[in-house]
Amino acid sequence: MAVSLLKRGVRASLMIGRFDPRVVLYPKPGQSLGRLSQATPEKLVTSNEEEGSRSVPTPAGTESDAENQRSELSEETVDVVFVDRSGQRVPVKGKVGESVLCLAHRCNIDLEGACESSLACSTCHVYVNTEFFDKLPEPDEREDDMLDMAPLLQENSRLGCQIILTEELNGAEFTLPKITRNFYVDGHVPKPH
Amino acid sequence: MWGLSRCLRVPRGRLLLLPAGVQRSFSSVSPTPHICIVGSGPAGFYTAQHILRHNPQAQVDIYEKLPVPFGLVRFGVAPDHPEVKNVINTFTQTARSERCTFLGNVTVGRDVTVEELQGAYHAVVLSYGAEDKRELGIPGEELPGVHSARDFVGWYNGLPDNRHLHPDLSCDTAVILGQGNVALDIARILLSPVDILRKTDITQTALDALSQSRIRRVWMVGRRGPLQVAFTIKELREMINLPGTRPKLDPADYVGLEKASKDLPRPRKRLTELLVKAALEKPGQKVAANWAQAEREWGLRFLRSPLAVLPSEDGKRAARIRLSVTRLEGSGETAVAVPTGQVENISCGLIFSSIGYKSVSISSTVPFLPQQGVIPNSMGRVEGIPGLYCSGWVKRGPTGVITTTMTDSFDTAQAILEDVQLGALNWSEPRPGSVAIRELLHLRGIQPVSFSDWEKIDEAETAKGLAVGKPREKILDTEEMLQLVCR
Repeated sequence: MAVSLLKRGVRASLMIGRFDPRVVLYPKPGQSLGRLSQATPEKLVTSNEEEGSRSVPTPAGTESDAENQRSELSEETVDVVFVDRSGQRVPVKGKVGESVLCLAHRCNIDLEGACESSLACSTCHVYVNTEFFDKLPEPDEREDDMLDMAPLLQENSRLGCQIILTEELNGAEFTLPKITRNFYVDGHVPKPH
Repeated sequence: MWGLSRCLRVPRGRLLLLPAGVQRSFSSVSPTPHICIVGSGPAGFYTAQHILRHNPQAQVDIYEKLPVPFGLVRFGVAPDHPEVKNVINTFTQTARSERCTFLGNVTVGRDVTVEELQGAYHAVVLSYGAEDKRELGIPGEELPGVHSARDFVGWYNGLPDNRHLHPDLSCDTAVILGQGNVALDIARILLSPVDILRKTDITQTALDALSQSRIRRVWMVGRRGPLQVAFTIKELREMINLPGTRPKLDPADYVGLEKASKDLPRPRKRLTELLVKAALEKPGQKVAANWAQAEREWGLRFLRSPLAVLPSEDGKRAARIRLSVTRLEGSGETAVAVPTGQVENISCGLIFSSIGYKSVSISSTVPFLPQQGVIPNSMGRVEGIPGLYCSGWVKRGPTGVITTTMTDSFDTAQAILEDVQLGALNWSEPRPGSVAIRELLHLRGIQPVSFSDWEKIDEAETAKGLAVGKPREKILDTEEMLQLVCR
């Protein structure tokens, strides 16, 4: 019991909001643990663009996902699930028009964006469940080049910074490559298969 | 109260006295896992980040030999790859966390020992990278005109140790021994139009030298074949498209490769396809125009192993390299190059050995495998020494890109988090952490550089760069850095 409380505490403290993907907040010692509010992230900037008329943003080579996407975001949301490095499923609401990397950062998912969406690393590597993988636009050649350097590359690998949420992606699952360890301090106990 | 005399070895038996205030602040809180990280490159920072995020109590201190942080992100990543350096923003957020302390200008192993750190912290992570280079071990290696890739990279990137390298760029051909990304970086820096480099954070010294360079041709030489090159596709593509240069690839090396690469893993397959395309196919209009006008060229030479560097007639400098022609035994990544007995010379005034980096042992008390150049470990736990961990190149060898190091560092961090939680690491008794180490350093006349000190250096460098249209002009002298932080 005490252990599970501690675990929950750790997770909860990690959920305290963070909106700029470049800002990494660390829980402070003794910080009070607020209620989780990951499913209702604060509004960023809203857009009045009508659904359908909005052109799909081309993410490749953007300078800063935060800045670029704030102007692209709409009110519409989609339900997607992150499966974090420990195997835990984290359902979140994503905004149509934002990248999976940006969403992950808003929701405190441990997805790195070392190069800040400039297609110079593959730290935001995720697996997309096949059904939705097939719905994504083909990757840019530069994205493929970067994926080639990603550890644990699979058929359904993509870079989180290049996946822009659309209505079609409602229900998609983004799985972070596992840390190779099989023990998780965040409370997840892997079940034997 | 911390059993200091037990956990710290202070020179000449002096007792470490700490200000009463510090003691009070320690006694009022429950014990905190104090973790020390040696080295502030990507491995150090990613290890720190993962620990701080997943343990809300942990205090992480990062020790760095230089007054400036970020290791190879600052001194290894090529100046024309600024987007790779964006990761500095993430690292800066980590360093600014109130549970993270940066102590620069402290050489572990000289200013403070690993054992002393082990005494002051619950856990010590060695992530000091691979600071040595592999030697060629061939006659003539010591001749002027022969450099290690590492020194050259350090020179154009402003590594204080390499600021007096002064490579002579007055010959027309350079040979790089090695076919990895470092080799491609060097080739690109040697052949890039200087106007491209002028807008980067390359040092002014390097820029001045490169603008006078007469190098027109760069050969990258590998012992094995095109299916064994170590560079990655992005870097190759960049080279193929480099303005003002053209690839000089012998079609005979590439015929039939596409078929051979069909069943290879995706990265190797795509890389081979690109090589084949560049060597055998007619380029598009734009690329063709660039190649036609190019005054500089680069090429890959396969199945050649270095035998000797031959001197110029006056014996004063390198003039040629003698290569042994090899053939492959076996296939794929494990193919071995064996000499055929044939030899071949290439005339060149400049030779770089780019055959890899190497970690060195930090202390006789830390196990080390000299052959592999790594610390023996199991998932980052140093063999036989509880509380001692490693991450990055010193853990797994000097290969891979930043993502590889990130994954590997998260793994080590995870091991520490696990040991903290499951009790394998005993942190019930408080440890003084940097408070005690600072005292030791003070006694030894060492003044650590803090992260805000670094931010002053950073500010000075960016201001200096701004004046000449560069993102930064690096300070090359550690003394000058130290003066800037007003001690």
